[in-house]
Amino acid sequence: MLKITDLHVQLEEEDKKILKGVNLTVETGKVHAIMGPNGSGKSTLSYVLSGREGYEVTQGSAELDGEEILEMDPEERAAAGLFLAFQYPVEIPGVGNMTFLRTAVNAQRKARGQEEMSATDFLKEVRAKAKSLKIDADMLKRPVNVGFSGGEKKRNEILQMAMLEPRMCILDETDSGLDVDAMKLVADGVNALRDEGRSFLVITHYQRLLDHIKPDVVHIMADGRIIKTGGPELALEVENNGYADLLEGTA
Amino acid sequence: MSATLQKNTPAAPDLASALARPPRGGWVEAARAAAEARLEQTGLPGRRDEYWRFTRPDTLTAPEAGTAALLKDDEAPFFGGTDCLNLVFVDGAFDADASDKLEGTGLTIERLADVAATSDHWAQELYGVLEARGQKPVVRPLAAINTARATDGLLIRATGKVEKPIAIRYLRRDADADAMLHSVVRVEEGASLTLLENGPAAARFNSVLEVDLGDEAAFHHIRTQGRDHERREATHIFARLGRESLFKSFTLSANGALTRNECIIEMTGDDGVAHVAGAALGDGASGAFHHDDTIFVTHDALRCESRQVFKKVLRNGAVGVFQGKILVKAGAQKTDGYQISQSLLLDEDSQFLAKPELEIYADDVVCSHGSTTGAIDETALFYLRSRGVEKAEAQDLLVLSFLAEAIEEIDDADLAANINDRLAAWLRRRRS
Repeated sequence: MLKITDLHVQLEEEDKKILKGVNLTVETGKVHAIMGPNGSGKSTLSYVLSGREGYEVTQGSAELDGEEILEMDPEERAAAGLFLAFQYPVEIPGVGNMTFLRTAVNAQRKARGQEEMSATDFLKEVRAKAKSLKIDADMLKRPVNVGFSGGEKKRNEILQMAMLEPRMCILDETDSGLDVDAMKLVADGVNALRDEGRSFLVITHYQRLLDHIKPDVVHIMADGRIIKTGGPELALEVENNGYADLLEGTA
Repeated sequence: MSATLQKNTPAAPDLASALARPPRGGWVEAARAAAEARLEQTGLPGRRDEYWRFTRPDTLTAPEAGTAALLKDDEAPFFGGTDCLNLVFVDGAFDADASDKLEGTGLTIERLADVAATSDHWAQELYGVLEARGQKPVVRPLAAINTARATDGLLIRATGKVEKPIAIRYLRRDADADAMLHSVVRVEEGASLTLLENGPAAARFNSVLEVDLGDEAAFHHIRTQGRDHERREATHIFARLGRESLFKSFTLSANGALTRNECIIEMTGDDGVAHVAGAALGDGASGAFHHDDTIFVTHDALRCESRQVFKKVLRNGAVGVFQGKILVKAGAQKTDGYQISQSLLLDEDSQFLAKPELEIYADDVVCSHGSTTGAIDETALFYLRSRGVEKAEAQDLLVLSFLAEAIEEIDDADLAANINDRLAAWLRRRRS
């Protein structure tokens, strides 16, 4: 599904290398987790994959189903099936959540040459999906993320994911700022979307999210590289011993 | 802070010498003469006058209106879905055939031209009176000349809750027309009225609207100024609010070589509420764009609330101006005053000039003001694009988001939706 090869990235504005040769392959239907200390490059990887400006790819490639995505606009990547759940979802005053969702869904359908979804079908689907994420009608009506609590914002991200039905989902520290109940709700939302045709890359600092979203593969990232790859037990090792041991082992 | 105009010695012919004086007689004669005297004293505005430093008045004061190409506008009329009492002015002249009858429930409505010659009229307590009060401390000669020379306009008196909005539609047929209209609205105690205005009016338009609100009266005003690129206009609203009255005015502007919208509000009764808002979009690529909002709110009563919300979206050398003042007089305790003026600059060629002012002589008040100038938020833009929304559409959504606080000042949901839809359509058209 997603194949990252020798990816080197630096900031556009300054000569600061952040990713220094990332190699990573996420197979179709699998859940991969990336863990790592602060500043290891995890979030940068998610931004570079989704097309945020401000980064310069100096080397390497990232393919989604064999197609190079690093040259694409963010909206093209979205239409190709990529989705990033933001660590800090953006507030957009004056634009209703529902309007935003519908605009996004129809924009992607249009890009894929599909017909727009009718208002009735759309409404039906949003309501059903919102309900399972405990997102009430009021939250759907309110402007995008404005006045939402941390948990509401993250649930709203998952609702967008559920509506857009991407094939490759990247979750950037989705657990940050969530209490246990909110995290469980979000994780349930993600788990409901697990499917043999859909892959996930779950970026997290802590192991606890991975108690709820069970990964197939766990990678440890440090200083812009994947330094270790293993099964779910690797996450537990981090939880018990911290990153220090792992980092030392590779130094 | 008061500003006096330098008296401009009329070396060249100007508007005052070029414009005909209306026939004498009738109740309006005294008001016109008084306004003529005010004009004589101040002269027309010049560039050196404090409140004209950011906006050149010369095309507004020139003897000729000049030409403004007629825009072929195939849009459905604004407020199309709302049942209104429709009144049509073509190049500033009333079009009786195209208009509904001047009548309505809870309402008298007359043309100034029809009743100016009578000896008495209810409007004589207001015509030119609110305008004269609004000349202090800042003189407004273009309003004085309007009082003195305008020959038509509407005199509207609401005595009850008027359900159907009055919609004034301004149409253009003559590319060189110079129009001047003076209207007076009196909303009696406990009565309410909605006034809509739409259209470009003329190549050059000077308008004065005097609004007097009785106790517990409510007045809603929603205006959209025409999209004709070369039009120039100077509009003035002078409002006086009674106890527990509500005044709300919203203006949407797009295009226009020069627009100067002045709104002068005086809160004279306790517990009044006055909100004045504006959203303006200008693109210098399709012709000069200069848009100026000049607002003056005076609090002279207890516990009144005022809000000024002005947003401008500028690109390709467009210029936006905001001059807004809140004056809280001694004794106007518990005043709640708010003022925000913001511009969204879509490139580095555009310009926003803001002069926010607070002047407070009471000690128990809450007044805040802010002014910002910024570009499109890149993070928000990326957020939308990452959801699959194309860059141009994402930008439009963020422009609408930027304007939302101003549009939310429209209470009527249908009218607000109408404004929003129209804005979205304008933005879409810009893209292609």
